[in-house]
Amino acid sequence: MRRSGVQQMKAAVIVAIMVAAGCASGAARARSGSSPAPATAAAAPAAQAAAAQDTSSAIGPQYPSTYKRHPNPPVLIKNATIMTAAGQEIQGGSILFRDGRIVSVGTSVQAPSDAVVVDGTGKWVTPGVIDVHSHIGVYAAPGTFAESDGNEATNPVTAEVWAEHSFWPQDPQIPLAIAGGVTTIQALPGSANLIGGRSAVLKLIPARSVQEMKFPGARYGLKMACGENPKRVYQNRGPSTRMGNMAGYRAAFIEAQGYRRRWDKWNKDHQGDPPERNLRNETLAEVLRGNIYVQNHCYRADEMLQMLDLAHEFGFKIRSFHHAVEAYKIGDVLAREGTAVSIWSDWWGFKEEAMDGIYENAALVQQAGGRVVIHSDDPGGIQRLNQEAAKAMYHGRRAGIPITRDQAVRWFTANPAWVLGIDSVVGTLEPGKMADVVLWSADPLSVYAQALQVYNDGWLVYDRNDPAHQPKTDFTLGQP
Amino acid sequence: MIAFLLAQTIAITGGTVYPVSGPKIENATVLIRDGKIAAVGANVAVPAGATRIDAAGKWVTPGLIDAAGQMGLREISAVDNTNEASLRGNEVAAAFNVLEGINPASMLITVNRMEGITSTLAVPGGSLIYGQAALIDLDGATIETMRIKSPAAMVADLSEGAKGAGGGSRAGVAARLRRVLNDAREYATRRADFRRRQIQDLSASAADLEALQPVLRGELPLVVFANRRSDIETALRIGKEYKLRLILAGAAEGWMIPDEIAAAGVPVIVEPLDNIPSYDALGIRYQNAALLAKGGVKVVLMETATENTRDLKQQAGNAVANGLPWEQALRAVTLTPAEVFGVAGQYGSIEVGKVANVVVWTGDPFEFSTGVEHVFIRGRDIPLRSRQTELLERYRTLPPKY
Repeated sequence: MRRSGVQQMKAAVIVAIMVAAGCASGAARARSGSSPAPATAAAAPAAQAAAAQDTSSAIGPQYPSTYKRHPNPPVLIKNATIMTAAGQEIQGGSILFRDGRIVSVGTSVQAPSDAVVVDGTGKWVTPGVIDVHSHIGVYAAPGTFAESDGNEATNPVTAEVWAEHSFWPQDPQIPLAIAGGVTTIQALPGSANLIGGRSAVLKLIPARSVQEMKFPGARYGLKMACGENPKRVYQNRGPSTRMGNMAGYRAAFIEAQGYRRRWDKWNKDHQGDPPERNLRNETLAEVLRGNIYVQNHCYRADEMLQMLDLAHEFGFKIRSFHHAVEAYKIGDVLAREGTAVSIWSDWWGFKEEAMDGIYENAALVQQAGGRVVIHSDDPGGIQRLNQEAAKAMYHGRRAGIPITRDQAVRWFTANPAWVLGIDSVVGTLEPGKMADVVLWSADPLSVYAQALQVYNDGWLVYDRNDPAHQPKTDFTLGQP
Repeated sequence: MIAFLLAQTIAITGGTVYPVSGPKIENATVLIRDGKIAAVGANVAVPAGATRIDAAGKWVTPGLIDAAGQMGLREISAVDNTNEASLRGNEVAAAFNVLEGINPASMLITVNRMEGITSTLAVPGGSLIYGQAALIDLDGATIETMRIKSPAAMVADLSEGAKGAGGGSRAGVAARLRRVLNDAREYATRRADFRRRQIQDLSASAADLEALQPVLRGELPLVVFANRRSDIETALRIGKEYKLRLILAGAAEGWMIPDEIAAAGVPVIVEPLDNIPSYDALGIRYQNAALLAKGGVKVVLMETATENTRDLKQQAGNAVANGLPWEQALRAVTLTPAEVFGVAGQYGSIEVGKVANVVVWTGDPFEFSTGVEHVFIRGRDIPLRSRQTELLERYRTLPPKY
């Protein structure tokens, strides 16, 4: 969506609708009204634990996930190179998963008699790819105004909107991302607003509704945006400056503090009528309680430091900065704060606040002890997050920063799982984890690698060599 | 000093040379003298006094040529006052040549050339007829020293993006383009009448109609952006009607009709990683480059994000992953674009007498694991430095030393 010039000539419509998009963050509520469907006890999602903190002002479960695991036979992929994203690269390895859960990973895994056996000779296996920054479904293809549902650009603070209410499960970009190995996304509102609304953490599967895709037990995120976008979009009514941006966040959270106090008091004593619900404050109060994660679009180092001060003022954590092209300038601070960075490998220069992007951003932040995620913010980029991670790893190495292959794989698997608070459920290939598994034709850190098979919770949602496992959205039917 | 540098002889020895014009040569030497390739082969004697570059275990290829960017014309896309690519308000801007808008000091040049991109086509933006593109080397203090060929092509648009110039209809766009071409023809035979205003109004200015004459004579290629199959066919039709030297760009649905395109002898510039469907091209897909090449079409690759023209390598690698033979992919970013823009006598391959745009890589140029060891542009060993490498050094250890 950042592209312009020649590309604009070719895809004017897409570019036009994306003008104000491009940033994400999310806040999640950990209400466990819907139960995940693990068949094995081992993997009851840790995300559920977060529910304990939920003292939300809302009454009862809201818009619950209706996700159900697709029934599948057990699968054994044998004799592959398995990159677990948990420290190991196992040559001649096998992985067995059953009922949506990884049973075992290693060099001597026995296949049960009912297992589908996949020959992984000469192939690689990684966890499913997770993109923490996607606008798929909310800025759907074919990219007309009719599908432009990513920015509620009518007010600089729209904490009350939820990305899932825009999400179109028939977006033809979904199968493309699946073919790139993606199993989970965070769909975010755009970055027109200071506070753009709630994100949705979704299993990337064919489905009739977004509810069927909602990652069971996952928290919401809250999308916030720094810098150029909000001040450009609202220049006539304000904010029109970065100081205006800061004042806007502060005013919103001050209001939410009062709201939270009133509700916390009522939750404790139940005296009189409950306070009037307010959707905007409800979301922000959940951020203050730590139940919704802040996902903050922010490019410049100095602005990220301002946002950390804001978070300190109101007592919340920023789970991840997104885009963060200048994160390498403050890797030490980010490590200390425990705030992740979700970044591109090499995007730079398409806007003024992106001028200082460098190839070594990921490697330098990693070296400083920070948590790195390679994200897309782009329907093309989401299809090759493995390639982007490879670019960042090798450029880091050439600069003398010793990034391991395992770390590079974590950049698009385990680390994004942490950013979404689902790292105890997905993100690595370890027994008990959800069977989100990708079989690659070659080393996934090579430009020539392609996802051959993609399993989502054990379900074979994509097979490059079998048209029966190449999902099409309704939109694509009957098209060339 | 300058004379000494120009007279310098450089010998790149021991590498695997991919001349592109012929099969790879193991353990070969490339000799560069006075900015030109003086010799290439396995048995080249290195003259005394030559600067030796040890390329043992390395790959040596021609410098990569990107066929569609706005290098030097677009510093920061979102900052309007750094953009020089479009002549605003002119839907027919045939006389607009981008060359003097190019900033040789652009930061984008150093960032991208150190990754092996040595030349680019600087393409104007616009609505129907964008103007004239210039082919430039990514080294030089002035546009004169950067210039390879200008104009290298006239650029026009028959895709969805041009609809505004056609009254909101593709048919209107095609009709308007024909009207402009017809008027250019008429203008050429009635210049005196035009000056005396003894001719009905023509659809463009005299300067624009004049600028179209080399296109009508088949001397200057016309690059046409078209993505939908029917738009590609319209372009082919117009090309045939006016006997133009047509080049298709974009051509997202070209894979549907490779035979038609090949039969017309029209080369195609594609962006392999473009696969997001829009109503301009619902049939867009990764396999486009491979299927076109298989059908006999001359394929050139492009990366349209100018600031990351360096990702042309990734574009090529992905084209290979999706079926384009590796050798054809390398050709599609070197010799084929040189041929298409009429400079293959000087550019695009490692052959004696050609301009010494040469890259020494640690391996396969398309692989992420590969680094760039040397970039020669016109024989100059380009410093592998940019604003980005300076940022890296400043912030390598924190806090930075300002």
